[in-house]
Amino acid sequence: MTRTRIFAGALAACLLSTAASAETLRWGANRDIFSLDPYSYGDSFTINVLNNVYEGLVRYNRDLKIEPALATSWETVSDSVWRFKLREGVTFHNGNPFTADDVIASLKRVSDETSPLKGNLPAYKDVTKVDDYTVDIELTGAYPLLLNDLTNIHIFDAEWLVENNAEKPTDVGSNIEGYATHNANGTGPFVLESRQPDARTIFVVNEDWWDEPQHNLTRIEFTPITSAATRVAALLSGEVDFVDDTPVQDLPRLEASPDVKILERTDIRSIMLGMNRQPELVGGGENPLNDLKVRQAMQAAIDLDLLKERVMRGKSRVAGTVVAPEIPGWSEELDAPAAYDAEKAKALLEEAGYPNGFEFSFVCANDRYVNEEQVCQAIASMWARIGLKPKLDIGPRSVQTPKFTSGKTDVYSIGWATEPMLDSYSILLQIMHSKTGTAGVFNWGGWSYPELDALVDQAGNELDREKRLDLQMQALQMVKDEVLMIPLHQQPMAWATGADVEDMPQFADNKPRLWYVRK
Amino acid sequence: MLVFLMKRLFNAAIVMLAVAAMAFMIFRFVGDPVEMMVNEQASQAERDELRERLGLDQGVVTQFGRFVVSATQGDFGISYRNQREVSSLIAERFPSTLELVLVATILSLVIGIPLGVVTAIHRGKWYTEALQFGSIIGVSLPSFVVGIMLILIFSVTLGWAPAFGRGDVVDLGWWSTGLLTHSGRAALILPSLALALFQITLVMRLVRAEMLETMRTDFIKFARARGVPARVVQFRHALRNCLMPVITMTGMQFGNLIAFALITETVFQWPGMGLLFIQAVTFVDIPVMAAYLCIVSFIFVALNTLVDVTYAVVDPRLRHQGH
Amino acid sequence: MASTEISKDLPATMPAKSRWRDSDLWWSLKHSPLAIAAGVLLVVLIASAFLAPLLAVQDPYDLAALELWNAELPPIWVEGGQWPYLLGTDIQGRDVFSAILYGSRASIIIGLASVAVSLVVGLTFGLIAGYSGGWVDNILMRVGDILLSIPTILMAILVSAVFRELLPTGLRDAFAPVILIVAISLAAWVQYARTVRALTMVERSKEYVQAARLIKVRPGKIMRKHILPNTLTPILVAATLNFGLAILTEATLSFLGVGMPPTEPSLGTLIRIGNEYLFSGSWWIVVFPAAQLCLLVLSVNVLGDWLRDALNPKLR
Repeated sequence: MTRTRIFAGALAACLLSTAASAETLRWGANRDIFSLDPYSYGDSFTINVLNNVYEGLVRYNRDLKIEPALATSWETVSDSVWRFKLREGVTFHNGNPFTADDVIASLKRVSDETSPLKGNLPAYKDVTKVDDYTVDIELTGAYPLLLNDLTNIHIFDAEWLVENNAEKPTDVGSNIEGYATHNANGTGPFVLESRQPDARTIFVVNEDWWDEPQHNLTRIEFTPITSAATRVAALLSGEVDFVDDTPVQDLPRLEASPDVKILERTDIRSIMLGMNRQPELVGGGENPLNDLKVRQAMQAAIDLDLLKERVMRGKSRVAGTVVAPEIPGWSEELDAPAAYDAEKAKALLEEAGYPNGFEFSFVCANDRYVNEEQVCQAIASMWARIGLKPKLDIGPRSVQTPKFTSGKTDVYSIGWATEPMLDSYSILLQIMHSKTGTAGVFNWGGWSYPELDALVDQAGNELDREKRLDLQMQALQMVKDEVLMIPLHQQPMAWATGADVEDMPQFADNKPRLWYVRK
Repeated sequence: MLVFLMKRLFNAAIVMLAVAAMAFMIFRFVGDPVEMMVNEQASQAERDELRERLGLDQGVVTQFGRFVVSATQGDFGISYRNQREVSSLIAERFPSTLELVLVATILSLVIGIPLGVVTAIHRGKWYTEALQFGSIIGVSLPSFVVGIMLILIFSVTLGWAPAFGRGDVVDLGWWSTGLLTHSGRAALILPSLALALFQITLVMRLVRAEMLETMRTDFIKFARARGVPARVVQFRHALRNCLMPVITMTGMQFGNLIAFALITETVFQWPGMGLLFIQAVTFVDIPVMAAYLCIVSFIFVALNTLVDVTYAVVDPRLRHQGH
Repeated sequence: MASTEISKDLPATMPAKSRWRDSDLWWSLKHSPLAIAAGVLLVVLIASAFLAPLLAVQDPYDLAALELWNAELPPIWVEGGQWPYLLGTDIQGRDVFSAILYGSRASIIIGLASVAVSLVVGLTFGLIAGYSGGWVDNILMRVGDILLSIPTILMAILVSAVFRELLPTGLRDAFAPVILIVAISLAAWVQYARTVRALTMVERSKEYVQAARLIKVRPGKIMRKHILPNTLTPILVAATLNFGLAILTEATLSFLGVGMPPTEPSLGTLIRIGNEYLFSGSWWIVVFPAAQLCLLVLSVNVLGDWLRDALNPKLR
């Protein structure tokens, strides 16, 4: 009998205490950050989390407008040289002062040959010191979007890098773990206290932050909880205060709970389908996807409203073009969604000479976008209805990515948020442009439209904003007319916090900026 | 005895070599390590250079030799996903898995043995039948369903115990323990119960079977005939006789529990080796998979060898049997 | 293919009908209402699974049959439920009842096939090892030792993960059941082989086998006609319990995402998918498949348990 009493006592003893300090924010994320080194892995979630520790020369403010951060002002010396004045009196978490040398070391590090992030600073050529608080950044040519790029280029302490032999980005290949993988030393509002990968990473407030804090947090406990159901359970039972990736299907239940607040909006990330444009399908045989009529048929067969209503629970925004309304280059005309018409789709297929459809692979991941697995299944079923025979292949991102990048897919899903540039030039250059040099890196279907390339190249050297956007809109219109991509929707972004979190500004780029959070 | 010991150790070494061969084959032939490591934009020259540096252009036998040598030194390379040394990743996770498995083992003994005794002594009673049937249910419920149910009932509905993670841990040197903090102990309850359920039924059934067997043997009958009270016979003789098999089984099952913990750890997001392994499987993080295979097999083989050797010490007859 | 070979051998040891009625087994069954209930339940579950194409209102594997408009309907007795979706529908508009029937069929087929494969391999290797002894015995048993030195669940996960990775994507889903069967039976045969080997060694030294050898009966015939039948009782019990274990292992692998694909879900896959909707109020997507899985394994285990007790004279 004693035993039962002990057991009952143990159960009772673990009634969850909610006595945790009011200024601790416990963040339940859907996955862990890959590393403490923002440059060792080209992953935007990792960079987003680490932005609370490291800062860039400039940053986005509450309205996603660029404002000074570690740089106080800037000017263009010539078309290709920018001069930055640096903030004085800033110290790193280890106490070292922030100077021009730190900017130089950081830019060299991020654009190193082995850096996975070098593509995030595509126009970079060189950086030189003018004095302790002034640097010149030289670019490969006239380039309008340098500031946007710099928001995500984190600044390291040069001395710290040298002391710990970490001037180069971590190199997996040579079996050397970088010091920066385990340690962090930025200028940001929060200081790394401890980290156990996949279990918990703890940040505490930086008392010496150069900026006037708008937050009142003293501590952040970052815990990855990969299972969506467990994450929701933890939020409901008060074990976490903040979830940045709340499953849309759980929103009604969470909304009904008095202990939880929901923050929703649509993401700037547009989800779309791309198509193989090689002469042959992956499984062999002539590629029908090169026929515009086939692509139009596939587009007409997808009922976007139904997807929104059922799979996305009415929370997404149906898209007619590949960028969100917030992104420069978008227009209402471009965004008119393609009409759903299964009969027309069948007729188009017949005209194209495929009355009985054809078989092709349809590759999606299940851990990238909101309900991606369900979206792809639903689309596969819509295509099956007009006689097409999609072979659905769904797996984790890491397994699917090699198939995407090596062009081993006939139809694939892809999302693009234009981060950190926040301009349609990003998607035009990286996805729509043919694969040449640093352009078309994500042109997984392997198409080439010289006319489109010309428009994009022209935009990349156009310093006049209006003219540039006009060129980009022409390019986007071509993308739409040729059905280069089938745009689906801007996905919903649902954050949830405990009721005691007073202020948690939500941003269209899905980056939690915890230095604005009040609890 | 020495010969027997040598033979046993040699056998264990052969087994471990075979496991290492399997791990190496997975490492070498599943996916292309180079493709996994480089970023998308890497050029062919960069890829070739990396291939050379990793020694992937050398003969398979040379590569295997190197793999074994570094594995015995605890070096399993770098995780593709975490970009950290696999050995340190596993070392970090080892305490939490071991704690979970230890607590589950203790639970299984503390609950399983009394239940086994009760069902053996009170044969035919309704509660014995109920317990017997309950034990069949115990082995029939998939452990992930048990975990989901425990979370749904005790965590979400009743709010008694946490649904995920390990709570606060205290570092004692390289060992991290959750047993010293309130939240750490609370976090242990549901996962250890979920993990122990299957083991409880095993212990219960073993104790029952062994007790029934012993109670039928002559010396027990003799003791009863001499007028030793039933209770004394049951506890002093019968129960003591079945402890050895229970300990053996617990020892041999320990390795299995470590492996089974990966399901519990997945459901409860317990930051142990099993969760690391499952994440490695979904990300095809081959070095972690290979290392986990080697380490769990090593524990398994080591325990089995230990049990065998102990038995041989206790019962010399076994030494002369076949192998 | 594998199963026919076994069923050919099985009747030889089964008592004839009249003997069956007088047998201990029958007596024991009559006095065990639990075993009868489990038997009836198992027959119903298996029959309904194999009659799935007739009983189901929809082919859950046919993409074109899914109607997204009917997604997430609750069971028919709950408000909002719709005929003919007895147990409601999932997020794709797939009928849960039909999905469970087809899912059970997948689980049962994989369970049966892996037991059959491991039985055939185990019996063959066990007989060969036990009968021939020497280095053949040594090698076979050493291989078994190695396989058993890796925990079975770990082995199964690794094998599934590795094979899936090695197969081209197009074939992966089609071969998922085969991969699962291999993964589950890879280590399971060792148990049978060890049992059979031990018994064979005992039988081999008995006079009737020696006599048969003297008159030059082929070893294969000796093994099949004389040795095999004597090993069947313990094997039968082990096979029944392993059937339940195989279903559990399959479900676990599918739950962990290395089993049956979501386009052809088994019970484990259904639970994995449904688990994501546990808190959203659509409990039927996960609860019914989980209940079906538990009932299936439970009935098999009750039968196996009863069989073991009934065939073990010591416990009576």
